[in-house]
Amino acid sequence: MAALLEVKGLKAYYGQTQALHDVSFTIAAGGITTLLGANGAGKTTTLRAICAMIRTDGEVLFDGRPIRGFATENIVRLGVAHVPEGRGTFTTLSVDENLKIAAYTRSDRAAVKRDLDKVFEYFPRLKERLSQQAGTLSGGEQQMLAIARALMLSPRLMLLDEPSFGLAPLIVQEIFRIMRRINEEAGVSMLLVEQNAALALNLAEEAYVLETGRVVMSGKAKDVKNDEGIRRSYLGY
Amino acid sequence: MEQFLQQFASGLASGAIYACVALALVMIFVSTDHINFAQGEMAMFSTFVCWQLMQWGIGFWGALIIAAVLSFIVGMLVERIVLRPLHSAPVLSIVVVFIGLLAIFHSLAGAIWTHTIKEVPSPFPKVTFFGSGYIGPHQIGMIIVTFALLVALFAFFRFTPLGLAMRAAAQNPTSARLAGVRVDWMLALGWGLAAAVGAVAGAMVAPVVYLEPNMMAGILLYGFAAALVGGISSPGGAVAGGFIVGVLENMVAFFGNLLERTTGFYLIGNGEKLTVALLIVIVMLTVKPSGLFGHVTVKRV
Repeated sequence: MAALLEVKGLKAYYGQTQALHDVSFTIAAGGITTLLGANGAGKTTTLRAICAMIRTDGEVLFDGRPIRGFATENIVRLGVAHVPEGRGTFTTLSVDENLKIAAYTRSDRAAVKRDLDKVFEYFPRLKERLSQQAGTLSGGEQQMLAIARALMLSPRLMLLDEPSFGLAPLIVQEIFRIMRRINEEAGVSMLLVEQNAALALNLAEEAYVLETGRVVMSGKAKDVKNDEGIRRSYLGY
Repeated sequence: MEQFLQQFASGLASGAIYACVALALVMIFVSTDHINFAQGEMAMFSTFVCWQLMQWGIGFWGALIIAAVLSFIVGMLVERIVLRPLHSAPVLSIVVVFIGLLAIFHSLAGAIWTHTIKEVPSPFPKVTFFGSGYIGPHQIGMIIVTFALLVALFAFFRFTPLGLAMRAAAQNPTSARLAGVRVDWMLALGWGLAAAVGAVAGAMVAPVVYLEPNMMAGILLYGFAAALVGGISSPGGAVAGGFIVGVLENMVAFFGNLLERTTGFYLIGNGEKLTVALLIVIVMLTVKPSGLFGHVTVKRV
């Protein structure tokens, strides 16, 4: 399968500190790839680097086209939806407005309406809370809203930063089920960052393990899952 | 009684002006989370531009429209050129820049047009009508213009995608970028809109107070009071706040005078009107910082 996202020798910096050292990986079109690693390994940083939210160096190709150096909003407009750490809710806006703003760049109203219906099918709970101030939603609902906002961009690639963070196991299961449906039904490729390695390896096909800003190993998700050595040394379970 | 009604009506009229200024302040606050202390001077400068255009033979409304468009552009440029490099600066640096802008616009107006006062004619027809004893045609015109402005801005923010994008950019810039919104331009747009609203406020107030570089000094203070009473994040609240402050200052003076006439005891009068505005600012900030109509933001921790 052709690569949708290709990252080659990516470096990223917070001020003077280098947080990523020559990270390289590819994401197949239609596939789900996961980035694993301990706290501070550079998982979130990698997602932020792809979206130009921090200073970077190296090469990022989206659909064969170099996008490094683009402004964040232009990368988003190409079809990269980033579901950020902390969910990025517009807390003072209503749920409805949160969804509308995500479709701000799209002009095809009929398609936006279709996507909105699809979002309500995935997350019926959001439909019930349409006029509610988004900041008053529960954590799980805000995570659903964050994924819903990403969907309203009609993306080709979703970057998901710890969608399980701080949520009850049942809700996490529900969200991961929906993520799989989105991947299968809408053909959206995903790059999933997770602390919960077991969960991520069940969903993803490919896995990369990061340690202190470097890729230390990679492979098929099921191989990584079954390799006790990797599990012990990098994933801690 | 007659005097009371007169005072009440003139309070409403000056309230309309405070409302316009408060609207401009709210405009920048909702789009950038800053209070622009130079708002009054920018409005005064716009009014001079409007006056200049009228001197060149353009009618009041034509001149006002051109001045508002020019102000919109200058407002955007100020944001792009002066404030853009300060996007991540601490709030105090930005306040200092606002004060610098205030001084610049003030002296620029004085240098170009001198400090002698200029008369600006009222654009509204001088008709007599039922109740003209209490309120003049210009005052009624000001109130109508204020409401028209409010409705237009409300509709813009509430119902247009661009208005929503501006609100989103102000509330959560990072998320707005991730939704594809060009946040930098949204901030500039907020400044442009505020400058244009300021131009309208200036042109409305000029026929009442005469045009000179100090024209907006006191009015800006009332504008602050109005914005705080209404809730600094709410355009509708700012307008309501404007009228409340306008009427309140006249009522305080009226009852102060009444008290002096009946008891001979002087407590408060026309001279203390500005004090009323300052008192309102202090009381609102201590008792209800979110204002009467502003909403308290619910935050999950």
